[in-house]
Amino acid sequence: MRPRSQANRKLINFISLLASGIAALIGIAFLIWILWDVIAQGISAINWQFFTQLPAPPGIKGGGLANAILGTIIITAIATILGVPIGILAGTYLSEFGSGRLATTVRFLSDIFVSAPSIVIGVFVYAILVLPMHSFSGLAGGVSLAIIMIPVVTRTTEEMLRLVPNQMREAALALGAPYWHMVWNVAYRSAKAGMLTGILLAIARVAGETAPLLFTALNSPYWPQGLTKPMANLTVTIFNYAMSPYSDWQSKAWGGALVITVGVLAANIFARLVISSKRNKG
Amino acid sequence: MKKRSKKISLFWEGLFKFLTHGAGIFILILLFSMLAVLTYVAWPSIKKFGLSFLWSTAWNPVTNQFGALTTIVGTLVSTALAMILAVPLAFGVAIFLTELSPTILRPIFSVAIELLAAIPSIIYGMWGLFKLAPINADYIQPWLSKHLGFLPLFQGPPMGIGMFSAGIVLAIMILPFMSSVMKDVFEMTPKVLKESAYGLGATTWEVVWQVVLPYGKRGVVGGLFLGLGRALGETMAVTFVIGNAHQLSWSLFMPSNTIASTLANEFTEASSPIYLAALVELGLVLFLITFVVLGLAQWWLNKSVPKEAR
Repeated sequence: MRPRSQANRKLINFISLLASGIAALIGIAFLIWILWDVIAQGISAINWQFFTQLPAPPGIKGGGLANAILGTIIITAIATILGVPIGILAGTYLSEFGSGRLATTVRFLSDIFVSAPSIVIGVFVYAILVLPMHSFSGLAGGVSLAIIMIPVVTRTTEEMLRLVPNQMREAALALGAPYWHMVWNVAYRSAKAGMLTGILLAIARVAGETAPLLFTALNSPYWPQGLTKPMANLTVTIFNYAMSPYSDWQSKAWGGALVITVGVLAANIFARLVISSKRNKG
Repeated sequence: MKKRSKKISLFWEGLFKFLTHGAGIFILILLFSMLAVLTYVAWPSIKKFGLSFLWSTAWNPVTNQFGALTTIVGTLVSTALAMILAVPLAFGVAIFLTELSPTILRPIFSVAIELLAAIPSIIYGMWGLFKLAPINADYIQPWLSKHLGFLPLFQGPPMGIGMFSAGIVLAIMILPFMSSVMKDVFEMTPKVLKESAYGLGATTWEVVWQVVLPYGKRGVVGGLFLGLGRALGETMAVTFVIGNAHQLSWSLFMPSNTIASTLANEFTEASSPIYLAALVELGLVLFLITFVVLGLAQWWLNKSVPKEAR
């Protein structure tokens, strides 16, 4: 280290810490600003009709996004039903059998998969489901969200199962339990809270996805009409309404944004509470 | 436990192994079938335009001439802009969270940052369209072109919608993610190391710059690459404000395009098979770019950070 005078070092320290404090302030200020706008603009759009009625045609006041809210719930449910079991099984594979080269490859690729661009997954599902079925569909939307979900659930399941002490596994095996029995009754049982949290966070993540739904579920102004038809959903509706020139639609888009944000944040906070309450007990 | 015959038990054992291994291999199959399917659907375009697809600036659905250069450049420029803005801020936020903020407030701040990282990107994009773009058009862009207008980067009409706004929205969106990665890395520095440096009379900044940062260097670089991979493939934060224009321009104020925003805007409107194939080929290019970037990041992190610390 070059010798520097005391005063000089203190000055450098002060300036750089001030800069980092300002950087933190700028960053936090922007994020509070965004949340504030979403709440302020969204609240004025939300009323009873918003949750119970179909959208009104442009220019006509009133109406709601009830079909889109229902559609998002259906699509997310399809994604959960398809994605969670595969994710849990793959995570179990990585944690209980995952020492070989194949497992290392799977782990590496699912780490990449977690951050893969979601719109490309939309293109993929368009090619394998929408093209052969000649129709956009809620099912295709659910499948694309499931594909996004699988690697997320896989990795959190593996991490949570790895926290289970090996002695517990050995104890169960030593008592003569078959391997699957040990995983089911010992490993899953003690990792339950963590795995649930991971699943909840994964659901919250895909519920807010827009890009993969743009050309799989598409959108619709009607109530969901079966899984093989285009299905209204909140995020694509927000996109279409926000880009429209009608101020009433733009206001609805803010309302939808508030609903999505509150939902996602509530799921995250709830998931964190589950972890911390489990930790305190254990 | 009920008594079971050995045969039934073996059956369950086999089923369990089959299902778990199958699910693991399914992820591999999924990834490779994505590559294969995208290549297959994009094949008409790959065959027609060949490698020159990558450096052609043509994008004309009427004459069916397509090239990827404008969108590739748009993707790289918007990501570069976002990284230039977000990396120093994320660094500041991470230092603030680990070294400066009062100890009682730290858990609150770090939970807040992680919650913000969970907000869907469409919220950021929409906010950019309605709130940031008008401010850029009225105040920031005129100011920039007045004072820095001699640079071609800041010339052109201050419209708000364009590369400049897209870069800023993208930066705000990746900021919480990168801050929380950097914070986690900084927190891995052993207390003893930091205390010894303080004991020798180092200032807080010297501890950060000469102890914490060198110790977590590899984690920070890996985290930045992860942020980079996310920014490259981000769709909604960009699509709202970039303006969707297929043109190359030195000016950051002009409307532009990224691969993801082109897909979002044009995919459902693709009228001819070759148009669709060209769009899918764009998706394939994006997939390969992000795959390489994220793969490098993972490889770098796996190599450098010991398993327990991750």
